[in-house]
Amino acid sequence: MNFNDKQKHSFQKMHNSYMPTVILAVIFLTITGFLWWLISRLGNYPSFILPSPLDVWNRFVVSINDGSLIRHSLVTLKEIMAGLAFGVSVATALGYALAKSRTFEKLVSPYIVASQSVPIVAIAPILIIWFGSGISSKILICSLIVFFPVLVNTVVGLRSIPNELQDLMRSLKASRWQTIFKLEIPGALPVFLGGLRVGATLSVIGAVVGEFVGSDKGLGFMINLGRGQYDTALVFVSVFTLIIMAMSLYGIVILLEKRLLSWQQSSNDTILEH
Amino acid sequence: MNFYPDIVNKVEQKSEESVLQIKELSAVFPNGNGGLQALDKVSFSVSPQEFICVLGPSGSGKSTLLRILAGLLNPTDGKVIYQGADICGPRRDIGFVFQKANLMPWRTVLQNILLPLELENIPALEADRLAREMVKLVGLCGFEDTLPRDLSGGMAQRVAIGRALVHDPHLLLLDEPFGALDALTRERMGTELLRIWQVRRKTVVMVTHSISEALFLADRVLVLTPRPGSVRLDFSVDLHRPRNDEIRYTREFNDMTRVLRNAIG
Repeated sequence: MNFNDKQKHSFQKMHNSYMPTVILAVIFLTITGFLWWLISRLGNYPSFILPSPLDVWNRFVVSINDGSLIRHSLVTLKEIMAGLAFGVSVATALGYALAKSRTFEKLVSPYIVASQSVPIVAIAPILIIWFGSGISSKILICSLIVFFPVLVNTVVGLRSIPNELQDLMRSLKASRWQTIFKLEIPGALPVFLGGLRVGATLSVIGAVVGEFVGSDKGLGFMINLGRGQYDTALVFVSVFTLIIMAMSLYGIVILLEKRLLSWQQSSNDTILEH
Repeated sequence: MNFYPDIVNKVEQKSEESVLQIKELSAVFPNGNGGLQALDKVSFSVSPQEFICVLGPSGSGKSTLLRILAGLLNPTDGKVIYQGADICGPRRDIGFVFQKANLMPWRTVLQNILLPLELENIPALEADRLAREMVKLVGLCGFEDTLPRDLSGGMAQRVAIGRALVHDPHLLLLDEPFGALDALTRERMGTELLRIWQVRRKTVVMVTHSISEALFLADRVLVLTPRPGSVRLDFSVDLHRPRNDEIRYTREFNDMTRVLRNAIG
């Protein structure tokens, strides 16, 4: 058995920090579940007010078996992915333009800020009227909600690149594209990914808001359905599925950050503090 | 068919003896009341492979001068003629070393030094060879894959010098390259720069506010006046080359230090 230093190091790391976190998370989850069960049991609440963990689990199994959970989840996932892709691309492009031109920024930024003071829930019905109750209105709502954090972080990320590095590229006569690929993208990436992290979690909300307002499929619709039929267990199942989706998206961005930003000072591997 | 043989001769002669001519250079930065004049009719010329130090108090427009020479800044008035042509805009055959090392934190030592070659689209193999050669020259063997965050100030500045030289520019511009280093490291880096320069002879214009650094390195020292900067003294450093650290303690060195100190005022 011959380990070089690096392998040894990562092994130690796994034993020292990674494994206990997983064990801790499992323990904590078990305790929460137990408390939930205890409250529902002691309070003797009817299932439509607070279903027990077991009720939710049974409802989960049923909805898996009849295929409804997966079908609706896939719809929501599709909306989220398309909304993210669209929102992030538009926000990045516009953010680049804003960061490059002060005039453009002065011209456009009041509208962008104003648009942020309108709650998405308020304009969602209008968007449904305009774009129909199909998937496209959901994608639009989702991308609208993703748009702002990504835009702001793109601008801040680009502005965070030191002037001296811009001067360096200029003194070496780098072309526009060379500057974008060799300086601006890697330089803005840390802040940009921070925005993407927020945007990814928000995208789930965007899709569900859209589905709430008008839709006949998706997890938002499933929640509405469960609520209407006093099938609170179904609401729980849908909400948990949404949580898992949001957390997975968040996790993907974190992985991306670890992958792409390995040059930064290693953070302490926590989720929120980066 | 030469109508003006005399003039042509003169021009050729001139371009032979000086690679860089600075003519009546003025720079005014716009501000509220009429503008801030950083440079006032600065003129001098630089011979091939000459090492020039520009010395002056803070705010004498030294950095402005260097940025104009690099083509990063346009002068308000006057001309810079480099190898017979006006400088307008940056040129690839100039190497620039900034006050801070100014490395890309996401690139390793080798990758940072590779940057100018990448921008010139030099084939990867050839670029890699040149960059590794440069790593060796600046004395960073074994640190090729180190990230800037793990480098000391002196090491980072070595990378910066390597990056400025790797594409083999004719003119090297240094803007207080060791200003951010501690005194001991600074002295050592001066010696290192001299060693590197003796291997890769370039025309060098370096801005500094250390008299001993200027004397130790330069063939000629230009002393600028306080703002607006103009050339107060053009001083030839008649110290023999190759120089070593001992020269700092000679009588001549001391006398010259005094002359320059008095000129700065």
